[in-house]
Amino acid sequence: MNSLPSAVVGHPTAAPFLVLTDVSKSYVGVRALRDFSMSVSRGEVIGIVGENGAGKSTLMKILGGVIAPDGGTIAIDGTPHAALTVAESIAAGIAFVHQELNLFDNLDVAGNVFIGREPRHGGWLQLVDQQKMRAMTAPLLKRVGANFPPETPVASLSLAQRQLVEIAKALSVEARLVILDEPTSSLPVAETEKLLEVIAGLKAEGISVIFISHRLHEVERAADRVIALRDGSLAGLLEKAEITHGRMVKLMIGRDLLVPTTEATTPGPTILRLKGVQTTAYPGHPVDLDLHAGEILGLAGLVGAGRTELARVIFGVDPAVSGTMELDGAPLAIASTADAVARGIFLVPEDRKGTGVLLDLPIQENISLPNLNAHATRFIVSREREARTAGIQRDRLNIKAPTMKTLTGLLSGGNQQKVVLAKWLAMTPKVMILDEPTRGIDIGAKSEIYRLMRGLAKSGVAVLMISSDMEEVIGVSDRIAVMHEGAIAGVLTRHQFSEENILLLAVGKTLHEAEMA
Amino acid sequence: MNKKDLGLLILILAVGTVVAILNPRFLLPVNLANTSNLVGLFGLSAIGQAFVIITGGIELSVGSVIALIGVLFIDLVATEGVPWPIAFVLMVILGVLIGLAHGLLITKLKLQPFIVTLCGLLVYRGVARFYTQDATVGFSFGQTFPALNWLTVGQTFGVPHSFIVMLIVAIIMWVVLHRSVFGRYLFAVGKNEEAARFSGIRTDRIIIRAYIICQVLTVISAIYFAMYTQSISPASQGNFYELYAIAAAVLGGFSLRGGEGSIVGVVLGVVLLQELQNLVNLLGIPSSLNFAVMGGVILIGVTVDQQWGRFRLRRAGEAARVVAP
Repeated sequence: MNSLPSAVVGHPTAAPFLVLTDVSKSYVGVRALRDFSMSVSRGEVIGIVGENGAGKSTLMKILGGVIAPDGGTIAIDGTPHAALTVAESIAAGIAFVHQELNLFDNLDVAGNVFIGREPRHGGWLQLVDQQKMRAMTAPLLKRVGANFPPETPVASLSLAQRQLVEIAKALSVEARLVILDEPTSSLPVAETEKLLEVIAGLKAEGISVIFISHRLHEVERAADRVIALRDGSLAGLLEKAEITHGRMVKLMIGRDLLVPTTEATTPGPTILRLKGVQTTAYPGHPVDLDLHAGEILGLAGLVGAGRTELARVIFGVDPAVSGTMELDGAPLAIASTADAVARGIFLVPEDRKGTGVLLDLPIQENISLPNLNAHATRFIVSREREARTAGIQRDRLNIKAPTMKTLTGLLSGGNQQKVVLAKWLAMTPKVMILDEPTRGIDIGAKSEIYRLMRGLAKSGVAVLMISSDMEEVIGVSDRIAVMHEGAIAGVLTRHQFSEENILLLAVGKTLHEAEMA
Repeated sequence: MNKKDLGLLILILAVGTVVAILNPRFLLPVNLANTSNLVGLFGLSAIGQAFVIITGGIELSVGSVIALIGVLFIDLVATEGVPWPIAFVLMVILGVLIGLAHGLLITKLKLQPFIVTLCGLLVYRGVARFYTQDATVGFSFGQTFPALNWLTVGQTFGVPHSFIVMLIVAIIMWVVLHRSVFGRYLFAVGKNEEAARFSGIRTDRIIIRAYIICQVLTVISAIYFAMYTQSISPASQGNFYELYAIAAAVLGGFSLRGGEGSIVGVVLGVVLLQELQNLVNLLGIPSSLNFAVMGGVILIGVTVDQQWGRFRLRRAGEAARVVAP
């Protein structure tokens, strides 16, 4: 393991293509990136690991020229820059393949690869030269090992194939550094293998790759060097021989788990029981699950495993394809969110800004919204009662805002999340579902939310927490259910908790194999 | 009354002052009574339209419904001899059914409001014309309904009853929209339907109710229009009236994206539109320019309002940045 300065020196075998020296970036009050240095040589594959909020996305935005660092230099081919513009980043040959793919469904592959740069013909008519475009796309597809022709409509491609299109697009602009952001997080295993081959192919062509992933086994296999980020700083650098799963985790976490659950909780009776519930996303994959009073059940799995879809069914957003639910042993029919809310089943959704709160309503109106009739006398809303409820929740949850009449959209992410929680806590929850409750939230608010979830469980509420953050799932849950392709792959009890067990179940292996690993 | 409404009121007074100076006839009681009668008639349907626009929808069938209800109501009362209170109740029921149908198509079949109500516009106009075989419907000579006349085209101290009824409806609807639970839900649904649903609101029901309210108010205004014009030609009665209602709402600060607007605003919007109509008449501007004047004023008004809104948003954002940690 090398210390910080050696990162600047770079890989010994080739002159570095990109060198970052002491790059820093602060947002209001938060140091997103602190004196960060790294180098990328030609044909080198760098793995970047780190938790959510460790500074990875800030780093990517700086490389993409979207934001300017406050200090430090970015040298490309030895030419130092204080900051890159988007145009400079593109001109330097830095290409991104984002987690959320940015392809146009209504165009074919060639059209996507050359979007905005279509070869023209027909003189002043400026017609798109389809033939030439396809001819130019074919060799690019070959380079990434794609087995579909350039005229394939993108809408008919799988996620993995779309990723190849994105990479082909990067190659079409003569990329010298391809940055893959969580490329495998939603891919099945076989497709992942293929992607790793493509990365090896890029490397062989002398193209550098930055590979950002939470899936450490793939990082281990693909990367020549691994850079670990933690709280905006370089936590450590691993050379090829040093890259192991354990070392990466140690560097990433570098401290005790945020919320070690010390007391062993005794779960109460079953509150919510799912029997053969199938979601529209995964018909034919029934879910059986028991949720007990007083426990926090972590729901882990890869992105796209069907966790959010399951939460939506329980909360009445989407209908179930089949299956039954029981609440306190009695059959539970949920046809709408209103039904769920009436039964004390609440959801803190994943998309906070889109569905969690109404951004242009005042805080207090968001909090009273699900329970407005209790804040009204003969259909007329009492603002005094709303203010009182909001005041109680503000004190309980420590919501930081000028007043409770402030528009919710003006709050920080953490405080917005507290508003979502407040609207449910102002009622009497029986089942509380939290979908990625701490995503994009600062550490302080995070631990407050953990405390709150534990408090809810202690008061007898059944808590279901969906989370992709391993540390969070392991640290917070009493039991962990792991989903794979829409079904529960296994339920882990405390002594079985480990990242390896969760990951193995998440990719579809059995718990037995998991225990052997 | 918020700042937006106040700005609109000032504009109305300013335009009124200028018109009054250029042509003192503007202030004659008969002119004011005439104008306020029109404000009452258009106001009723505009308030209805406002409820739909709040949800982010639109109701284009208003003009055709005014024609259809007009011919049906006059025919029932004048030709079929149905007592007018019963005819009135029947018309309201028809309005509820039309609103329900639109609401169901929009929420359950997920059709776009523009398309559903555009089809309504075509269908009701066609039915109205077919019903009378394109003939004009009216009262027979000497036929009088004193109570109905007093309620609709009567005046008290020179104030037309249509205007008074519109004011009463506006006050009730102000309470509904700005103070009631349902009104709060309407705004929530208009601002973000998904988020409202995730708060346990039955958003479909809220939207359906908005279309029903719109149609019921349109029915009331249709009967007032019918009693005002006395004879109805189904091909032209109410043509473009939906656009007056939409224009009034937009002038009154409504956003067609939903979630924004006030009853005071839409009423003031109607007042401004009628004032402009009156201005065209009184200032000797060729009446063929009527629409052009209206369109121009709406465009300017909305542009100013947008820019002002952006400015305020920036200021609010800056203020919040100072406050937030």
